[in-house]
Amino acid sequence: MKILVTCKRVPNPEQKLKFAGGGIDLGAATWQVNTFDEYAVETALRLTEKGKGGERSGEVVVVAVGPKDVSQQMRGVLAMGADRGILVGAEDAALDADAVARILRAVVDREKPDVVILGKQTVDGDSNQVGQILAGLLNWPQATFLASVRLAADGKSATVTREIDAGTEEKRVRLPAVLTVDLRIIGKKAVRNEALAGPEVEWEETQRYASLKGIMAAKKKEIKEITVAELGVSPAPLMKVVSYQAPPTRKAGVKVSSVEELVQKLHNEAKVI
Amino acid sequence: MAGVVVFCETTEKGIRSASLPALTAAGQLAQQQGGTVTAVVIGAGVGAAAQDAARYAAKVIAYDDPRLAAPLAETYAPLLADAVKRSGAGALVGTATSTGKDFLPRAAALLGAGMASDVIAVLGTNRFRRPAYAGNALEEIELGGAVIVASVRQTEFPPAAPLATPGAVENGTVGNLDALGAEVVALHATKTVRPDLGEAKVVVSGGRGMKAGENFKILEQLTDLLGGALGASRAACDAGMVPNDLQVGQTGKVVAPQLYIAVAISGAIQHLAGMKGSKVIVAINKDAEAPIFQVADYGLVTTWEAAIPALIAEIKKLKASG
Ligand SMILES: Cc1cc2nc3c(=O)[nH]c(=O)nc-3n(C[C@H](O)[C@H](O)[C@H](O)COP(=O)(O)OP(=O)(O)OC[C@H]3O[C@@H](n4cnc5c(N)ncnc54)[C@H](O)[C@@H]3O)c2cc1C
Ligand SMILES: Nc1ncnc2c1ncn2[C@@H]1O[C@H](COP(=O)(O)O)[C@@H](O)[C@H]1O
Repeated sequence: MKILVTCKRVPNPEQKLKFAGGGIDLGAATWQVNTFDEYAVETALRLTEKGKGGERSGEVVVVAVGPKDVSQQMRGVLAMGADRGILVGAEDAALDADAVARILRAVVDREKPDVVILGKQTVDGDSNQVGQILAGLLNWPQATFLASVRLAADGKSATVTREIDAGTEEKRVRLPAVLTVDLRIIGKKAVRNEALAGPEVEWEETQRYASLKGIMAAKKKEIKEITVAELGVSPAPLMKVVSYQAPPTRKAGVKVSSVEELVQKLHNEAKVI
Repeated sequence: MAGVVVFCETTEKGIRSASLPALTAAGQLAQQQGGTVTAVVIGAGVGAAAQDAARYAAKVIAYDDPRLAAPLAETYAPLLADAVKRSGAGALVGTATSTGKDFLPRAAALLGAGMASDVIAVLGTNRFRRPAYAGNALEEIELGGAVIVASVRQTEFPPAAPLATPGAVENGTVGNLDALGAEVVALHATKTVRPDLGEAKVVVSGGRGMKAGENFKILEQLTDLLGGALGASRAACDAGMVPNDLQVGQTGKVVAPQLYIAVAISGAIQHLAGMKGSKVIVAINKDAEAPIFQVADYGLVTTWEAAIPALIAEIKKLKASG
């Protein structure tokens, strides 16, 4: 089983955004791997493992599209246990979901993975598009917003639970396929490769953190840097951000001292009950 | 190219109310582009939905085929692209529901179109406003290309009003359908008698501080007393206290009710992203320093154990007197 998994860096979401001249100044930002991508990596690793701390079978290849600095976040992902990395050089400003998907498609053509796993969305752009566009470009089946995934023992299909507005949907897709993961994919029982692990398999309810051993091992792992031109694609972004603004702020409210006061205010002042 | 195609999601009886805001946004975009609105319904036995859609759009294309019974991105996205090409439209619009989020980017890929997600305002023929960074920034974006695609936030556009004269329904040719080996095995819908989170006038949400699923019963009482919908934080969903589809936030549902009551929720940025647009926010939390108080119009520093039963009693009293 060969799994391609994506990794994008995002500015730490806890840091306050600095708006400057219609843009966002990220000069002082600290960067981290998009949480959903950490979950995607965790999912990929679990699909190649016999169980917690057990033997592995299969390969997990991480791909990122972005500036050279992204290799830092990629090292972190390799330290989690991924086998090797591919960094396609590009400036963030020259990318939109469509461009990223076109580049990823070229990587898929080269690497020929059985499964591609992405996060459902980046927490900076909040687009929630790349996986679906990639699946459309490849004409592969897609399974988005996964809360669980089970790979069939014959490696030919995946049965998944998708988080949808009305509850959950169980879907089966033939492989190769594109999967995007949601928050609950890191659940104890959420991921299993039937070829490797039995129904009793249980995982830690979190993405794994790099161990010291993992960090040492990651130093020797390959990160192949390639250019968009080498991939034979020349994507031009279809979406351009014209400007960024701070959202309107809510005006400060008041603390009430009792339930009675709260109900009076909601009734007489806010008039919502 | 002019004209806007709107993907209308369907129920057995008609189109989903979640699609009405998309029809409004499509109307705005069509006006900018100088074209008309074409609604698209897809499924097996969508006659009633097509008629319903015709109340809001000058033209409806209905793709009706038994093989379309299960909503699959693999089969629906090519039909959405087909509808755009067939009607010579310059745009495809839908609501940012879980279905819209699944299908629309795939359709965009098939059309070679740029896409804007979670649009909150139509600014021009190809210009939109949308939130990013968990709602901490608003982007003004421009889409290039011959065709554009947008998913819109349900809470940011009013439901479309019916036309004076209903539109015409045309049957779309379904032709070859290839699900690419994908199939829906089962649907597990969360049963509820309450309004949809995206449409409710009142939302009562509970967080990790509720401690256990059974404690949500009292929040349900409050919710029902106010005729609202029940929501939750990620932590409450993760802990299995309530189903995941109740999650409000950046990566859950976005709500904008008249009244949002956050109970035992700290107010992480990811949660705020999903409820900051509410008209009036009430926070009940035992920690006076909880960030939720920074966005609350009315804050009450106490435990839910103390506050909620009293709140229920007080509202009942108010109702009885009114
Ligand atoms: C990628 C990503 C996406 C996310 N998406 C979302 C999302 O969409 N929605 C979301 O909600 N979160 C989301 N989160 C999680 C978010 O960061 C927070 O962890 C989560 O919102 C915390 O939930 P909480 O407020 O219920 O729990 P906590 O932060 O643990 O807060 C519990 C609160 O309850 C109060 N409390 C405890 N006991 C009582 C009592 N008896 N009475 C009254 N108050 C009490 C405490 O004072 C505390 O403030 C996301 C996180 C990540 C990384
Ligand atoms: N520049 C990038 N490099 C690698 N993966 C990306 C990049 N941008 C987006 N992705 C992947 O696509 C997913 C969805 O992103 P988005 O559609 O931009 O919200 C992310 O979780 C990533 O896994």
